[in-house]
Amino acid sequence: MIHVENLTKYYDSFCAVDQINIEINKGEILGLLGPNGAGKTTTLKMLTGYFKPSTGTIHVNDYNIEDHPLEIKQMIGYLPESSPFYKDMLVYDYLEYVSKIKGITPSDRHPRLRYLADLCGLSHIMHKAIGELSKGLNQRVGLAHAMMSDPEILILDEPTQGLDPNQIVEIRHIIKKIGQEKTVIFSTHILSEAEATCDRIIIINRGKIVADGNTADLKQSADQKTTIQLSLLNAETESVQNALSAIEGIDNVEPISRTDDGILKVKAYSSSPVDLRENIYKTIKSTDWVIIEFLQEAKTLETIFRDLTRQIN
Amino acid sequence: MWQFTHILKKELKDYFISPIAYIVISIFLIITGWFFFSTFFLYDQANMRGFFSLLPIIFSFVIPAITMRLFAEEFNIGSYEILQTMPVTFSDIIFGKFAAGFVMTGAMLLPTLAYPVSIAFIGDLDWGPVIGGYLGALLLGGTFSAIGVFASALTHNQIIAFILGAAICFVLTLVDKMLFFFPESILNIIEYLGADFHFRNVARGIIDSRDLIYFISVIFISLYSTYLALLKKE
Repeated sequence: MIHVENLTKYYDSFCAVDQINIEINKGEILGLLGPNGAGKTTTLKMLTGYFKPSTGTIHVNDYNIEDHPLEIKQMIGYLPESSPFYKDMLVYDYLEYVSKIKGITPSDRHPRLRYLADLCGLSHIMHKAIGELSKGLNQRVGLAHAMMSDPEILILDEPTQGLDPNQIVEIRHIIKKIGQEKTVIFSTHILSEAEATCDRIIIINRGKIVADGNTADLKQSADQKTTIQLSLLNAETESVQNALSAIEGIDNVEPISRTDDGILKVKAYSSSPVDLRENIYKTIKSTDWVIIEFLQEAKTLETIFRDLTRQIN
Repeated sequence: MWQFTHILKKELKDYFISPIAYIVISIFLIITGWFFFSTFFLYDQANMRGFFSLLPIIFSFVIPAITMRLFAEEFNIGSYEILQTMPVTFSDIIFGKFAAGFVMTGAMLLPTLAYPVSIAFIGDLDWGPVIGGYLGALLLGGTFSAIGVFASALTHNQIIAFILGAAICFVLTLVDKMLFFFPESILNIIEYLGADFHFRNVARGIIDSRDLIYFISVIFISLYSTYLALLKKE
């Protein structure tokens, strides 16, 4: 449905997006992840036709964005970061104005506005000025704006930014609901959000794609390293290192800290697929160390994200 | 094709919901009314020449005040991004905003129709120059609106947009009064550039194609420059 090829964007000499290739299918919910300044927003702005790419092409349903910007804009609903709207306008007036521009016929206009007001929870603030709204409500107006023409593609730039936890769940719910029929692309730096809502995740760092795939694949493809964290009492750093390193499968043991009350914290790294917890326990049992904490860190999206975005830095 | 009318309507609504329109129209009416009627009875002549001779100077700071927010405000709050990603073309946006400025100018002139009507009651008014004057005022208003729109598209700051727009309009108004500074060889060209010079011609009731072409081309150049300024934003 969306075909992005060698997309590059320079701001003067700074390269914000570097040769990105993405193929997005219909009905996909795609999460764009990355640290601040990675090029997420710039990529989205190019997809919506707001920025012109320095080089590269964007095709949406066989339309080229350069030759058919209007057709593509008609297909896309866009929620920009921080939803900048006209402060003096009433919510109703604003949404009506958007419906006119998006070419919704007068007979469909009222049902559509009512439907969106219900969906986004705007019914009670339709006659308030946008400038008076809280950030969360403002964001919902933005969502209603983006979905006005029932677009094929929904592009949301940090849609849950500034919302309270209940609203975040609501918005995720809306995104999932829309995602059943439409293509949704959204950017975020909240990893749990991406994990909860997306079919597919793309991680961008410094303008380059560093990972692309669904959440499960991403977890698998990342390094098979396991980390085990131990807190021990009555233990000497050196003897712990020696004892644990002797266990087959452990690559390296790193002391992390030692507190005043004598608790030693170490991390053991392993790249073997075998579960080492039993052996570690047995080793410790044969000494007089006291286990305070014993934790095997699961490979979460967060660790993958940190690995991927740090490697290059 | 008619997408610009939605933008036009939205801009007009903005003008009349907020106090801007009422403030600007009041200031305009007070200034023109005061300067015109303070000498009107002394001259003891039933015409509106005094009013129309003041108009270009007053327009050149009132109209940029109307148009200053059209683009600068959108850039400032970031709503331009939303406008630009909706299915509208650059010409819809530019023409909608220009038309809003122009209609506001018309709304400002509308109450002044009370002047010729009341003059016609107390004296024998020649309507020809009055109609010509209003036609000229509309052309001049359109020209200055286009210049104001261009100035507004250059900056995020409404005050800078106002000063820039007013400066361009002032120069076009006053340039034909500064002719003695220029060498004789280019006098005609400089005079032709003056907006006031063409306005006076039309206001006399003589509709000459040279004057029409002047106004239309300044409007076109300003709006096209606005387009180039917006294109640069990409």
